[in-house]
Amino acid sequence: MAEIVGSGLTDSRADAAAGRAGIWRDGWIASLAWLAAAAITIGLPDVIPWGSRDLFAGLLLGGAALFALLTAATWRRGGPGERLRHAGPWFIALGVWLALWELSTAKLGWLPKPFFSPPQGLLHVYVTDWQRLGICVLYTLRLWSIGFAAGVAVGFVIGVGLGWSKRFAYWGMPVLKLIGPVPASAWIPCTFFFPTTFHASLFLVGLASGIPVIILTAAGVQQVSRAFYDVARTLGATERFLVLKVAIPAALPNVFVGLFMGLYASFAVLVVAEMLGAKYGLGWYLQFQTAYSAYVNVYAALIIIALLCAGLVKLLFMVRDHVLDWQKGIL
Amino acid sequence: MALPLAAAPARAMALGFSDVSLGFALKDRLLPVLEGIDLAIAPGAFVALLGPSGCGKSTLLRLAAGLERPTRGQVLEDGRPITGPDPRRILVFQDPTLFPWRSVWKNVAFGLEARGLLPAEKGRVDAALALVQLGGFAEAHPHQLSGGMAQRVALARALVNDPELLLLDEPFGRLDSLTRLTMQTELLALWRKVGFTALMVTHDVEEALLLADRVIVLSDRPARIVAEVTVQKPHPRRRDDAELIAQRRFILEKLGFGAEV
Repeated sequence: MAEIVGSGLTDSRADAAAGRAGIWRDGWIASLAWLAAAAITIGLPDVIPWGSRDLFAGLLLGGAALFALLTAATWRRGGPGERLRHAGPWFIALGVWLALWELSTAKLGWLPKPFFSPPQGLLHVYVTDWQRLGICVLYTLRLWSIGFAAGVAVGFVIGVGLGWSKRFAYWGMPVLKLIGPVPASAWIPCTFFFPTTFHASLFLVGLASGIPVIILTAAGVQQVSRAFYDVARTLGATERFLVLKVAIPAALPNVFVGLFMGLYASFAVLVVAEMLGAKYGLGWYLQFQTAYSAYVNVYAALIIIALLCAGLVKLLFMVRDHVLDWQKGIL
Repeated sequence: MALPLAAAPARAMALGFSDVSLGFALKDRLLPVLEGIDLAIAPGAFVALLGPSGCGKSTLLRLAAGLERPTRGQVLEDGRPITGPDPRRILVFQDPTLFPWRSVWKNVAFGLEARGLLPAEKGRVDAALALVQLGGFAEAHPHQLSGGMAQRVALARALVNDPELLLLDEPFGRLDSLTRLTMQTELLALWRKVGFTALMVTHDVEEALLLADRVIVLSDRPARIVAEVTVQKPHPRRRDDAELIAQRRFILEKLGFGAEV
């Protein structure tokens, strides 16, 4: 019944929104800003010429046209239209920022080469070097996914053991307290015994992501209320069942905190690990291009790294929301 | 009457405490909690334990559940010593203690799942939910339930295992007074329908007299049995029944509230 009342409310709100939906003002302004950026790019002479200028201008024009079209279309109810409206100020800011960036680099030359590049410089990197960048992304993803998965899996098992078994905790906790705080990158000099640098990198990524998972999982299992165990035991649960069906599910919220910490820690060592003499990978790419003072390529790779990391964080959030569905309404 | 969930008619358990004492080890000394408890409960009886707060009533239940061991004496089920928890003896706590990550259905199914019986006996979970009138809430999560509903789920989670002994630790202590009245009636109906032995801790004298055949009054810690009242009034009982009021006064006097009430 609550659902019907709820949807009724959203309907009336959406209708009200549709009522004033006549003009998407931000859309028009964004379109104009992008148009201005395109005009600056094509119209003014270049102080510092770069490749892909016309492609960049074309993209700006395309953006301006798209915003104009979206503005003309009528959007009803929530969903994509609502989200588009919400992002309106960002579209404007993006257009203004691209115009200023273009002016200050390619057109006026205030920000000098090679440390700064106009937007079309970045675009040019993607256009000309996309194959190598693509390979680097795949290498980095391979390193991250194997290292993170292995570190998290091992960390989870050790964490459950430390949290559950007093004897295991007696021997394991002091070791964990000693090793845990050491930054993973401090182990780099000790990775000589791995057969390849790839294995060494895997070890570093795994270690960085595993340690927080161990700590948070162990704490989570230890914090489970004794009442849950009492109930489960009177209902006939064996020790194995207690671990799998009470201790672990009860500790999962904590485990996910550990997973997020491990995720950030894994990013931190990922790039460093790839600078250990890897043949490909985004970390290697950064180092390689810095050596040639190709800062445009560095920026281009940094943007990819940012998108990649943000995407993985988002992915973990989605997994968490799915697994910890039962927490909705408690928190 | 047989439990509608079970293939075979439910059995009830005889419970015995034979000179049971229990102390908890504190840092520097032994804290005596129970002292020389002798109590025999017949199969199918409904017994209430009354006593001052913190006197060790709950410990008595934990002993019967097999969650604690006595320091002296023996706790007996059908004449055999109790050595550990067993789903034939189930404890229902004051707090429903539902597993928040499990749906209502899966909470009720916990005991069957733990013993590997679930694949064959899924229908019993539905029957247990129907028994406590929560058939429509199978997919809800515990945090979506009211206090009374949560406690009914806890009862269903116990009853689905066909317990021969149901141990109730102030099961309605956290409920508002109206919900408590409803739940008392429901518990009584379940007990009469299913036929398990019931041992309930409460500090509500009226509740004890309304539900139980026998009311055992315990002293302050270390707990000893100071009085026992047999309630012969047939169900349904009226709160304002003269005989029950007289028994209530007697019990309150034993608990040390003679003059004030």
